[in-house]
Amino acid sequence: MPKDHGIGAAQKRREDVRFLTGAGQYTDDISVYGQTYCAFLRSDVAHGTIKSIDTSDAEAMPGVLRIFTGKDFEGIGGLPCGWQVTDKHGEPMKEPGHPVLAQGKVRHVGDPFAAVIAETLEEARDAAEAIVYDIEELPAVVNMKAALEEGAVKVHDDLSDNLCYDWQFGSDQADVDKAFAEAAHVTTLELVNNRLVANPMEPRVALGEYNRANDESTLYTTSQNPHVIRLLMGAFVLGIPEHKLRVVAPDVGGGFGTKIFHYAEEAFVTFASRQLNRPVKWTSTRSEAFMSDAHGRDHVTKIELALDAENNFTGLRTDTLANMGAYLSTFSSSIPTWLHGTLMAGNYKTPAIQVNVKAVFTNTVPVDAYRGAGRPEATFQLERLVDKAARELGVDPIALRRQNFIDSFPYATPVAVEYDTGDYVATMDKLEEMIDRQGFEARREESRKRGKLRGLGVNCYIEACGIAPSNLVGQLGARAGLYDAATVRVNATGSISVMVGAHSHGQGHETAFPQVVAEMLGIDESMIDIVHGDTSKIPFGMGTYGSRSLAVCGSAMVRATEKIINKAKKIASHLLEAAEADIELKDGQFTVAGTDKSVAWGDVTLAAYVPHNYPLEEIEPGLEETAFYDPSNFTYPSGAYACEVEVDPETGRVEILSFAAADDFGNVVNPMIVEGQVHGGIAQGIGQAMLENCVYDENGQLLSASYMDYAMPRAEDVPFFQVDHSCATPCTHNPLGVKGCGEAGAIGSPPAVVNAVLDALNAGGMTVDHIDMPLSPHRVWKAMQG
Amino acid sequence: MTKVTMTVNGKAVSKEVSGNTLMTEFLRDALHLTGTHVGCDTSQCGACVIHVDGKSVKACTMFAAEAEGAEVVTIEGMANPDGSLSVIQQAFQDHHGLQCGFCTPGMVMTAAKLLEENPSPSEHEIRDYLEGNICRCTGYHNIVKAIMAASGQDVSGIAAE
Ligand code: FES
Ligand code: FES
Repeated sequence: MPKDHGIGAAQKRREDVRFLTGAGQYTDDISVYGQTYCAFLRSDVAHGTIKSIDTSDAEAMPGVLRIFTGKDFEGIGGLPCGWQVTDKHGEPMKEPGHPVLAQGKVRHVGDPFAAVIAETLEEARDAAEAIVYDIEELPAVVNMKAALEEGAVKVHDDLSDNLCYDWQFGSDQADVDKAFAEAAHVTTLELVNNRLVANPMEPRVALGEYNRANDESTLYTTSQNPHVIRLLMGAFVLGIPEHKLRVVAPDVGGGFGTKIFHYAEEAFVTFASRQLNRPVKWTSTRSEAFMSDAHGRDHVTKIELALDAENNFTGLRTDTLANMGAYLSTFSSSIPTWLHGTLMAGNYKTPAIQVNVKAVFTNTVPVDAYRGAGRPEATFQLERLVDKAARELGVDPIALRRQNFIDSFPYATPVAVEYDTGDYVATMDKLEEMIDRQGFEARREESRKRGKLRGLGVNCYIEACGIAPSNLVGQLGARAGLYDAATVRVNATGSISVMVGAHSHGQGHETAFPQVVAEMLGIDESMIDIVHGDTSKIPFGMGTYGSRSLAVCGSAMVRATEKIINKAKKIASHLLEAAEADIELKDGQFTVAGTDKSVAWGDVTLAAYVPHNYPLEEIEPGLEETAFYDPSNFTYPSGAYACEVEVDPETGRVEILSFAAADDFGNVVNPMIVEGQVHGGIAQGIGQAMLENCVYDENGQLLSASYMDYAMPRAEDVPFFQVDHSCATPCTHNPLGVKGCGEAGAIGSPPAVVNAVLDALNAGGMTVDHIDMPLSPHRVWKAMQG
Repeated sequence: MTKVTMTVNGKAVSKEVSGNTLMTEFLRDALHLTGTHVGCDTSQCGACVIHVDGKSVKACTMFAAEAEGAEVVTIEGMANPDGSLSVIQQAFQDHHGLQCGFCTPGMVMTAAKLLEENPSPSEHEIRDYLEGNICRCTGYHNIVKAIMAASGQDVSGIAAE
């Protein structure tokens, strides 16, 4: 009988009711008294010198209140980068300035250089169009290899070149060289991890409001982490002390990483609302989103695997160029390094691994975390490479993987991380069962009879969630802590508000988090509400990204609830006149062990707030506790994924017939939500593999700047997914034993799709080593022609 | 400015609008019905789907003035008269057919129209009909499942292991 209550129950989501009735409160749904509207004027060239900006005509237009340019931000901080990467020579990365509005030069299409505030949105837009400016177009640098050439156009004149850092990580050079020198076989692969745009369906919005009476600013914004925005914007950009700055992220319509970062528009509306003493609202159009939301991926990699005569992996070497775009977005520098290099061992016991990453400035939109962030890039390289090795060696790709699996835990990899638990054999066994591998050849034959090429692609993944601990990431260059926080406020009548640092923008925290507290206290979920997304209500937490909410913030919530239980037991022992050690809490009743003497949860909570009969000498009244939780390690979800495709040999069109995912997420609080997370991740991975591509031309013009040109996966592009999370090895170092499930689908799925298509083509008699994503009919057809 | 009069979710409304006021702006700004969302500027995401005189329409492609005299239904008008969720809304909740909720109003409005036209659609027919609605969160799996369930089909075997 499945549970209907507490941890493990597939409870329906309580937040759905407001979303299904149009009662959600997204940032753009908020309007405040006296609100004005903001329109940005953005560069239409990739690189240029701002010769002049004449706002006089525009300023005289109806409704215009004020026009700002880069000059208004001289002496004001630029947008900071949150991670200092140190290169292989011990030098800090190059960190160019990133002004709120461009000063002197524009550096990518979409770079904002002026902004109009007007009474209506239409007036603001009309005036923005009327601004007269002279931007002298300069040659742009778009291609990463070209950007690194001697004499290349520089994105930032004050830097020596376009290289942000040259990073190296992993085993000793000698060990890696030896593995390759002694290898019986070396497999090499060059590949591109295509540039993507996250595209949460809700475009970004920022609404700044200033209250002169108490000198307080409020920013309503589409953010995954309101406290991070408060800290970065308050301390580094605008110089507003935190007690005078409130950041609210209400209902947020998807994030996928792109709403982690602190953006110019947030700082701008906050600044402008203080200057004008009027609220200022900016709502991104989708076109603006394409040229101003941080993009994702965009790596070019050469990777090599050394194997011995028995096909054991002995060495791995990878060289990556990672596009940073024109400026360093908030966590951009950490993605190709600490979130990518540290995952290069994958599920395998390769003893010697070296990772090289050059991060490059180009005249494109900044690139930062997108669902998976670094881990999809690592997984894609490795799992494509292993498949290629299997083909070259003429061995079964699953058997080659199994032979090299890490099989004892904890396991310290050569790339600095220690996997606490996992069972890669179990997830692979499960996967083979789910996909009826035995029956595949018959299915292939059946497709062949219909003139189609059928292929099966399999891969594994390992990822790292809940980045921590803070003292370690601090050594690695993080300029923030990576703990999270929760306050459990028990009210007099026993209902509970839990204020959490994590932010829900689709993940269902409002449903899943109460399940944990309800389980611990033995009370009903309906007595518990989650409060999130408002720095004036919640403790200082780091927000939601990297699949960290339950593993990190959930752990803080457990710790705070434990404190509540400890105190409540003291109160109960007083009420029951029994020793504290004898008090047991079960099903919302405090009982003296071995007796039928008990008090109910509500009696204890009432006593805490109406402390007439209460041990006031020993404990304070009230029942409210806060905990901060800083994990001792990452968590390591892992799994095995499979995709079955059919390729039309006439046209190169690929149809995805089935997709299966066997994941190990450790313990699961709400399986319905977990499955939904995996579905969504897989669809984004299939999108990357089959459809999505953010393209610039050689002049830096963004060619894929709307849904006409950027192919989003639609309902017809994906099948029903088979998902399983029964192979659970609980995380050993957090109190819930959870690992995180938000990104797995996007990390694990692209190689399965590409491996499947290559299997189809090679089994069909063609020799095709690799096709870069997305696998459009044209690319597949071209590859088939040899 | 011209005056438009229409019925929205069963209530008569009358407002001054300018000729280029979009239906999305009219609903969201003038009527404060913010359940109709705007996810794009090229009429391709479907977050804004409403019903106008019984047809589903992308509200971002229509001027408010064009709805003169029309019967308009938005997501705010989809629940049962007693406030409980309608069959389709309930199916979306039961089958986890939404995550962030941003595409959801458009999805529900589109699904409602589909089931009016085709009371028992196949998986393929549903996926085909949702061509104009993008969801970035759910991978569509549970949306398709919810619509099948709302039409009374047995969905217990979908993607069973
Ligand atoms: S807002 Fe995207 S289709 Fe109407
Ligand atoms: S639920 Fe988020 S876009 Fe569909």
